[in-house]
Amino acid sequence: MAETATAQRTVKFIITRRETPEAAPYTEEFEVPYRPNMNVISALMEIQRNPVKADGNKTAPVCWESNCLEEVCGACSMVINGKPRQACSALIDKLEQPIRLEPMSTFPVVRDLVINRERMFQALKKVKAWIPIDGTYDLGPGPRMAESKRQWAYELSKCMTCGVCLEACPNVNERNSFIGPAAISQVRLFNAHPTGEMNAHERLDELMEDGGIEGCGNSQNCVRSCPKGIPLTTSIAAINGDTTKRLFKKWLSM
Amino acid sequence: MKGNSYYSRKLHSLLGVIPLGLFMIEHALTNYSAFEGGQQGFKDSVDFLHGMPLVFFLEMFIIWLPILFHGVYGLYIAYQSNSNVGNFNYGRNWAFTLQRVTGVITFIFVVWHVYETRLQVTFGNTTYEELGSHMHDIVSNPVVFAIYVIAVLAATFHFANGLWAFLVSWGITVGPRAQKVSFRICLGIFVIVSVLFLLSLFAFGSDEFASAPITAFTSASAV
Ligand code: SF4
Ligand code: FES
Repeated sequence: MAETATAQRTVKFIITRRETPEAAPYTEEFEVPYRPNMNVISALMEIQRNPVKADGNKTAPVCWESNCLEEVCGACSMVINGKPRQACSALIDKLEQPIRLEPMSTFPVVRDLVINRERMFQALKKVKAWIPIDGTYDLGPGPRMAESKRQWAYELSKCMTCGVCLEACPNVNERNSFIGPAAISQVRLFNAHPTGEMNAHERLDELMEDGGIEGCGNSQNCVRSCPKGIPLTTSIAAINGDTTKRLFKKWLSM
Repeated sequence: MKGNSYYSRKLHSLLGVIPLGLFMIEHALTNYSAFEGGQQGFKDSVDFLHGMPLVFFLEMFIIWLPILFHGVYGLYIAYQSNSNVGNFNYGRNWAFTLQRVTGVITFIFVVWHVYETRLQVTFGNTTYEELGSHMHDIVSNPVVFAIYVIAVLAATFHFANGLWAFLVSWGITVGPRAQKVSFRICLGIFVIVSVLFLLSLFAFGSDEFASAPITAFTSASAV
């Protein structure tokens, strides 16, 4: 038969696994039959269907998270061949084999490739990454945003809280309380909004504390890693300028 | 660390440039006078500095205390950082790691260097007049000379790259273009200050500084 005549092409994986958050990590190798246009998620689905290791022994299916499958939700972020990125947009044809999959271990690892990005949502709450419009009466329409501003602000709004920039940052670690690049860029986004601007100082104050913007050490890995191409280092430098101004204003008005 | 780290970090950043960066340039120029003016030139520069009014307080507030704070807090910053140049092999990321490595090297070197030179004057083992030949004795040892070369390059890198980061951290260079221009300028500063220090090291190592200044002066006038 044709199938046995030509050796089936396979894709090799080395996956870092762990059973519980506290358990020690270990690696397992897998060989998955190749299909054209495969991505890392479809390969993981294949392993889920047939959880057999490369050595032929059965194992527990590998756990991972995914949702949108089009690189907009950020749920499937993991470290693929050393770089943090989205598994759903990581095409097998473009990856060097064996493909090494690891969890983004800057975050607490729940199981296998599943991580807990809670700290990112806490960070957004801390910096008040929203526009307060609630009141007891209708406040009416807010001021308009200039088109020239809207264009760059829109780029910042593409952040999907995927965590890649935190994983890439050498200053986001267990010895450091740095909030990470994503939340700082969101402060710039909400401070640029004509209504959001009315509470700009509150967001800046949150970044002028322990673990705030001072934690940035200018490695600039974030801007090179962000899958959405968000100008994170420009945002950080702009907020550095705003916090500096706020610092002097506070001092002089004391 | 107690207190709001935003202020400590800002102070650390400021002290690195004013006064420490300025002191570093002054130090490079003073040493360079050894290359340009020989024994006498270096002696004149040292005399000029020590003729300044309130020199003890100048040293205290422009040099000792800032170095102490910048150095100790800098060690804490280095402790808080990871290095991931393996997976993120980018120029800026290397500079990030090198900034911490050179910072530690510089701090250790400065402690040793101050002990060997400034404190020896305080202890009365040498005088400001004899500093030139004192330096000659120190750098005549090839191992020490090599250590001086490495330390001087580390310190200059730390200053130049720190200046680049200072401009970002205070929000002066915001966009990638501005940061590229400031990178070129800082690279230029690194090259110039390194050359000044290296030339003065070679001058101190040369025979010109082998003997005490008086002999050098008489032999110079005999020519
Ligand atoms: S800024 Fe980019 S890398 Fe960071 S969380 Fe948002 S989308 Fe992900
Ligand atoms: S599944 Fe949503 S980004 Fe990959």
